[in-house]
Amino acid sequence: LEQLHRINPAVIYCRVDFLKKQLNIRFDHHKLSLQQLVELLYDIGYEPVISLQDIIKKQNLVNKDRLVSKIAVAGFCFGNVMLFSFPEYLGISSFEHSFQYFFGLINLIICIPVVFYSGRGYFISAWNNLKNKTLNIDFPLALGIAVLFIRTAVEVLTKTGAGFADTLCGLVFFLLIGKFVQKKTYHHISFERDYRSFFPVAVHIVNDGVEKPIALGQLQTNQRIIIRHNEIIPADAILLKGDALIDFSFVTGESVLVNKTLGEIIYAGGRQTGEAIELEVIKPVSQSYLTQLWNNEAFTRKQDNRMQTFNEKVSKYFTVVLLIIAIASLCFWLPVDVSKGFAAFTAVLIVACPCALALSTPFTMSAALSIFDKNRFYLKNAAVVEQLARINTIVFDKTGTITTDEGNNVKFEGRMSAEQAMLVYSACINSIHPLSRLICRFLGKRERLPVADYKEVPGQGILARINGHKLRLGSGKFVFNQFDKSINSTQVYVIIDDVYLGYFIFSHHYRDGMEEVSELENFYQLYLLSGDHDHERTELRQFFPGADRMRFQQSPQDKLDFIQSLQQTDAKVMMVGDGLNDSGALKQSDLGVAVTDDVNNFSPGSDAILDGTSFSRLPDFLKFSKDTIKIIHFSFLISLTYNLTGLSYAVTGNLSPLTAAILMPLSTVTIISFTSIATHVAGKKRKLI
Amino acid sequence: MSIIYFLIGCSLFLATCFLGAFFWAQKTGQNDDLHTPSMRILLDDNDELPDEK
Repeated sequence: LEQLHRINPAVIYCRVDFLKKQLNIRFDHHKLSLQQLVELLYDIGYEPVISLQDIIKKQNLVNKDRLVSKIAVAGFCFGNVMLFSFPEYLGISSFEHSFQYFFGLINLIICIPVVFYSGRGYFISAWNNLKNKTLNIDFPLALGIAVLFIRTAVEVLTKTGAGFADTLCGLVFFLLIGKFVQKKTYHHISFERDYRSFFPVAVHIVNDGVEKPIALGQLQTNQRIIIRHNEIIPADAILLKGDALIDFSFVTGESVLVNKTLGEIIYAGGRQTGEAIELEVIKPVSQSYLTQLWNNEAFTRKQDNRMQTFNEKVSKYFTVVLLIIAIASLCFWLPVDVSKGFAAFTAVLIVACPCALALSTPFTMSAALSIFDKNRFYLKNAAVVEQLARINTIVFDKTGTITTDEGNNVKFEGRMSAEQAMLVYSACINSIHPLSRLICRFLGKRERLPVADYKEVPGQGILARINGHKLRLGSGKFVFNQFDKSINSTQVYVIIDDVYLGYFIFSHHYRDGMEEVSELENFYQLYLLSGDHDHERTELRQFFPGADRMRFQQSPQDKLDFIQSLQQTDAKVMMVGDGLNDSGALKQSDLGVAVTDDVNNFSPGSDAILDGTSFSRLPDFLKFSKDTIKIIHFSFLISLTYNLTGLSYAVTGNLSPLTAAILMPLSTVTIISFTSIATHVAGKKRKLI
Repeated sequence: MSIIYFLIGCSLFLATCFLGAFFWAQKTGQNDDLHTPSMRILLDDNDELPDEK
């Protein structure tokens, strides 16, 4: 791709980004049109993805907060301040006292960019906290940074001490590292896709017999469109011409191709298979049956923090207790010694600054994230790990999620001549029942005989008279008037002229590991939502044994509403789905997981993307996420121990800069190594590494 | 010992230069893609590459 200029000299510059799977091209648009460029790329085998939704721009926006630059500044200052603090710690002889003031001053100057550039985010966040009357961890952090800086400035300028410049720089540096670690981005996966990246960019319309392409956004009602084999119908439309055989699996969850007759409404999102069809648009793209789902409030709501994290819960109390101790020590010393009172007050705020606490979550989560990542479970961000641990209800979609494309296997048990097969085919072709369609597909294309007498009992079977033969096809109850409940698969029995020939058996292929997943029933409430008909109910019962756990024929809106109703009973819902029809449910749920067999393919907007091959590991993933929460709790205890040790010095007002300078990095290093090792061990235990 | 004032000035100046260099690299996007250059070395370049800018 980077040699494009050799193929066409109008291309000036070409750079490939492997991870993002992007190509940057600069070309002379006088000599080469955009269309020609796309054709050129197509010709050499790299067809570009043309999408209405600008995912790339969105992705690039994410990295605009200059975190790396802030870390660079903080790291630079941290290193230098350490250097200039050493003489103080090692002891300066009395005749070199002029240096002491000089070093202090340099430290103070170096601290300024750390506080006002690198640490700025904490002050802004703390200010927003105060405005919203909430307390998150950024508040005590900002307080700590401010107190450290003010005390350092006062001590240096009044020549009363060396200040805490190195603690300050170290604190900001480590905090920013924690922030950086938390921000893992997958360049090749997008979690924000919606119907626009699934739908085509343009569609062919017919006007007075002339065909021309127009952009999807300009498509209006009453226009006639042409949809060819494997193209997607972009808007609700009425079929005017052609034989429509439409694959709705992605939209409704219906796994069998649907045959539509002339004049019928076809919902947007279906994929035509077979010959070209002509349709008349009846609704604009954004108002279609499927796309209007995106007008639901679930899509406009802000996605972040649907659950309160452990950190948020703890830091509220932490801040209050911290302030109480600080003020208490101030009040205690104030009548005795004013300067000691302020020394104790500031020392408490410095030493109890929850640096280790702030780092425990990001480091644990990022370690967990990379373990999930190795097992092909891609989480949108680190916070999702914590949400995963707090799930108590799991809702599965059927088509594409627990079933795979290989779908149904049909077998005929018994003997049937070619002529009899033709009879069965001719009977089944009249029925729109999914099983009839599967039988037709299994038998292959045969001659269609005229049917004299045809009667279909919905959901039971077919009675037909063809060429003088009497056919009776259907369930055991329908054919023999008895029903064997022990049979765990769908069977269709065949009787021709009162002679029993055998039965068709439909074995459904579920994803490997469905057995393991269904064992989650002991710890979670499992539900199944399907857009499909309930003809697999009996097979699915083994996975979803509870009462009222399966719902069939659910529209995309029904799915969303069902999740909402579960949430109203205080359930924390994880939705596992794959298609556009699950988009609403994925968004509404507390944690949406999209299952896909190829992470580069389309998957609806979600919090996590699970590769189909790792589906069986889902129970392990859930257990592992609970382990990480335990690790966070434990590291919180460790950091509290450090804080209490420091506090015992601080309340007496005798905190030396050296103690602070040792305590702060020591607690940080302990937390970082503990969380990383513990997460690794937990991952090993769950056999994820 | 007053030479220390000068030496510290030098060291700070040098360090700031490196920090500035890092900022420049960051701003011009040299750290945006750390993966592809390692693969680009495997490509044949039998004629001269076009100018980057």
